[in-house]
Amino acid sequence: MKKYTERLYNGIIKENPTFVLMLGMCPTLAVTTGAMNGLGMGLSTTVVLVLANLLISAFRKVIPNGVRMPAYIVIVASLVTIVEFIMKAYTQDLAEQLGVYIPLIVVNCIILGRAESYASKNEVLPSIFDGIGMGLGFTLGLTCIGIVREILGAGQLFGHQILSLSWFTPITIFVMAPGAFLVLAVLVAVMNIVRSKMEAKGKPLAKPSGCLTGDCSGCGQADLCTGKSGVQETVAAADPQADKEGK
Amino acid sequence: MKALILLAIGSAIVNNVVLSQFLGICPFLGVSKKTETAAGMGGAVIFVITVSSFVAALIYKFILTPTNTQYLKTIVFILVIAALVQFVEMFLKKSMPSLYQSLGVYLPLITTNCAVLGVALTNVTKEYNLLESVINGFATACGFFLAITIMAGIREKIEYNDIPKPFQGTAIVLIVACLMSIAFMGFSGMI
Repeated sequence: MKKYTERLYNGIIKENPTFVLMLGMCPTLAVTTGAMNGLGMGLSTTVVLVLANLLISAFRKVIPNGVRMPAYIVIVASLVTIVEFIMKAYTQDLAEQLGVYIPLIVVNCIILGRAESYASKNEVLPSIFDGIGMGLGFTLGLTCIGIVREILGAGQLFGHQILSLSWFTPITIFVMAPGAFLVLAVLVAVMNIVRSKMEAKGKPLAKPSGCLTGDCSGCGQADLCTGKSGVQETVAAADPQADKEGK
Repeated sequence: MKALILLAIGSAIVNNVVLSQFLGICPFLGVSKKTETAAGMGGAVIFVITVSSFVAALIYKFILTPTNTQYLKTIVFILVIAALVQFVEMFLKKSMPSLYQSLGVYLPLITTNCAVLGVALTNVTKEYNLLESVINGFATACGFFLAITIMAGIREKIEYNDIPKPFQGTAIVLIVACLMSIAFMGFSGMI
């Protein structure tokens, strides 16, 4: 039992995909115009993540190593299609708001990342809990960012006006595209401070991986993305500054 | 003709793929440290998105629609794009070595770029025909090229600036993206 709660703790707090690992930034920027959208996107990603982890873990001995990435993509894409149809049937407004970002869950790096680094190596039950933990962590991150943007940008929370417009002038830019970049920039800066504080205490946080840092080591898509090993080095060689800054 | 030009301007500048739709953030932040690499990446993205939106539109029109299996579009598109990029890479290597030299390195990086799948899906959702799909794909990719090259130019200058410690690295890049996004919002009255 402890193993399972550890997985949940790991996903929600210790390796939170949004705050600590900085994964899945495209949906994070795009759908957090409000708390509700963030929550909806987070939960639908969670559903896909849990089911994908379950299936990939169950089939991990059957899928040949050479074609595992295409196999994972087919599994994830099928699940995303199912989730998309369910959302279109039962939560039409949300589905319309999220639009193209629902099918784009397929290329969310958290899902393939967990498949590659956890589900393909572990038993079914821990993989499910890993999916729940990571998914809830992602949901938490998206909802928090959504709450900040919605309050500053419209004075609302989950669609309810909480700051009276009689004295509060909404900073509309926060619910528009530039606000997403600004909020994320501040978040990254705050996390940088937290990171250095924790390091000084001797309890370093998990390293951020994913596209934001240009470090592909933690990304499940790295294998597919770089096509074949060596490309990453070629890019790094063509881009010597990347190498320097990475260190 | 006028409608097509408006469509192109709309997808390239007004609804910029990176700065207002947040697709392709990964290469935008990851490969924008030097102008030359950024331009190479942008060129490869233009190539891949144009070809893939053409192929995706063909498949949607002549395979998925007649067989009534439009619901498979996400699965089919992602697999087609992944295979297509591999194929384009092999083709370029064999028949156009000079182009491969300049773009080839970046091609595999684009496979899972969400902009490619995003454009293919948008074309279907907005019910564009074959020509409109290709134009939309090309224009969107040009918007990406524009954004990533400008970003790389700014980042080369930022290198010499004195930035507060917590904002060094990714944070300042995101601030730059925010300002660029505000600038691009200025185009929104154009159409």
